[in-house]
Amino acid sequence: MLEIQNISVNYNKSGKPAVENFSLAVKQGEICCLVGESGSGKTSVIRAVMGNLSRQGRVTRGDIFFEGDSLLSYTANDWRKIYGTEISMIFQDSGAMLNPIRTIGSQFVEYIRAHGTYTRKEAWEKGVQMLEHACLPDGEHIMKSYPFQLSGGMKQRVGIAFSMVFKPRLLLADEPTSALDITMQAQMIRQMMKLREEYGTSIIMITHNLALAAYMSDHIVVMRDGKIADSGDRDHILHHSQAEYTKKLLSAVPSLGGDNYV
Amino acid sequence: MFERDDLIIEARHLTKSYQISRNRTLTACDDVSLNFYKNRTLGIVGESGCGKSTFIRMAVGLEKPTSGEIMFHGKNITERKGEELRLSRRNIQMIFQDPGEAFHPRMKVKEIICEPLLNYNLIKKNQMDSKARELLEMVELPGSFAERYPHDMSGGQRQRIGIARALALEPEVIICDEITSALDVSVQQTIVELLLDLQKRKQISIGFISHDLALVQQFAHQIAVMYLGNVVEILSGKEVSTKARHPYTQALLDSIFDLNMDFSKEIVSMESEIPSPLNIPDGCPFQNRCIHCMKVCRAEKPGLWEIEPDHLVACHQFNRFNYREDQ
Ligand SMILES: Nc1ncnc2c1ncn2[C@@H]1O[C@H](COP(=O)(O)OP(=O)(O)OP(=O)(O)O)[C@@H](O)[C@H]1O
Ligand SMILES: Nc1ncnc2c1ncn2[C@@H]1O[C@H](COP(=O)(O)OP(=O)(O)OP(=O)(O)O)[C@@H](O)[C@H]1O
Ligand code: SF4
Ligand SMILES: [Mg+2]
Ligand SMILES: [Mg+2]
Repeated sequence: MLEIQNISVNYNKSGKPAVENFSLAVKQGEICCLVGESGSGKTSVIRAVMGNLSRQGRVTRGDIFFEGDSLLSYTANDWRKIYGTEISMIFQDSGAMLNPIRTIGSQFVEYIRAHGTYTRKEAWEKGVQMLEHACLPDGEHIMKSYPFQLSGGMKQRVGIAFSMVFKPRLLLADEPTSALDITMQAQMIRQMMKLREEYGTSIIMITHNLALAAYMSDHIVVMRDGKIADSGDRDHILHHSQAEYTKKLLSAVPSLGGDNYV
Repeated sequence: MFERDDLIIEARHLTKSYQISRNRTLTACDDVSLNFYKNRTLGIVGESGCGKSTFIRMAVGLEKPTSGEIMFHGKNITERKGEELRLSRRNIQMIFQDPGEAFHPRMKVKEIICEPLLNYNLIKKNQMDSKARELLEMVELPGSFAERYPHDMSGGQRQRIGIARALALEPEVIICDEITSALDVSVQQTIVELLLDLQKRKQISIGFISHDLALVQQFAHQIAVMYLGNVVEILSGKEVSTKARHPYTQALLDSIFDLNMDFSKEIVSMESEIPSPLNIPDGCPFQNRCIHCMKVCRAEKPGLWEIEPDHLVACHQFNRFNYREDQ
């Protein structure tokens, strides 16, 4: 359903590209995880798919196809039609995505009404319900809160709730559980996998948690310095990889009862 | 292991409530007492929204507690102001959870990381370039980043700017609020080694909030587990995987994704409803999600008791089950 073909992403004309020659194909209902070095271009890849690279960022080579259509040729208007319903995204920095001077509720209602035919009241109720699904009890209270009144992980769950409203066909998730405690992380991961089971949603997820990537994905891509350093299924990455960088990452994963420094 | 003489910050019975509307208050932090010792690391783990950041903001003086007091080297500083505040701020540095929001977008990276050094006259303006490079390299970023703006960087790179800035002052106490979650595991390891090295050289006290229990237990002398505004267990990092007694700590241990786990097994997660800090139940805060909950748990709030040296638990039934031994 999604095909990324040999793309390069540049933030300035002369400099070295942030992403170079990146290709990836994702089928309906498939889950793919991007892992790898901080600054290696993971966010740039999925933002390129979403058509919202920050500032001067541009896709300088290659193409991206969604159900056969080139996403690079989409206009703002085309995006408005599919954003949220067909493709949606959970941002790495959910706090920064929210408008600091408006309540969660007013932003959520606006978002829901922009993409579906709902009255204000229906949209409000839908919002409350989505928040509760995202492990935020007392959805009414959250709706009335401003972003600064919420903890880091609560803002992240608000982002998750936004992204799941319309059961998108493709979900792009940039470190969606990094600010959550591990019991909640487990709950959110289950919800994402349920979305795939029930609605055939395809997911591209960025994470630094290799065990989590191994648990949920059909396919893992390891990135380093703008390029794909390694890719394959769980068994390949965990047990048969020849790539030095993959081995280095695996050896740095902390484990319970493992090494102790003090 | 924890000597009174080495006590740097002592947070006594800190409580923070927010008035949400006329008749609703939200208790973010409920009677939390924790200590920061010289040359020791205190790890804080717990449910998202349970009050970790709120507690730490009070402990470093960024926010006023509703009740309770903070002692810094034995002196009550809960009400400090002016010069006194400025000086203790230098000795207590905090690295924030959301670095993106903490930086001024119009400042270059070198200005951000050298600002505290300039403020306390520790370097001259013309030393800024070389100092910035040195600090960037310490956190494994190229020196050329000094000329960038924070929004031209990846999430993990921005996080490291915050780390470099706090380490620059070589304070007595460093508090890290969820600083590793945006970093790849190999950089995580570097940052932890950097902190430990600083601890070895300068005997600094470290407060480390993290959701990654497997990471914290590697280097925390003490781990405090929080749930819904309360500390429910305190034990040493080394012993978390074998001696944890509180049912919430055990649930945390069960939810860890580990490279050696059985990938075909369904992940366990507590599906029961998470209580809200607006309605903290009477009795034990963990009651509605606890598989061992009994009548007494709903009636009486368990106190935090020392069940063996340096191991405290707040649970009526801590004696009935020992997690790892049962398995
Ligand atoms: N607006 C920008 N201007 C210039 N360079 C940028 C900009 N945004 C990102 N970069 C650079 O592009 C590279 C890739 O960044 P990207 O955010 O895609 O990394 P990432 O893999 O998501 O990293 P992390 O895990 O730290 O979030 C980085 O080296 C970063 O410094
Ligand atoms: N300024 C505020 N006004 C009202 N409520 C607040 C405010 N700041 C924090 N809270 C509430 O206090 C509670 C604890 O928040 P805190 O940020 O301390 O959590 P946390 O443990 O750091 O969580 P996380 O792991 O998600 O960062 C939350 O319910 C939050 O909504
Ligand atoms: S006091 Fe009761 S409800 Fe609370 S953790 Fe212990 S057994 Fe569970
Ligand atoms: Mg990123
Ligand atoms: Mg926090």
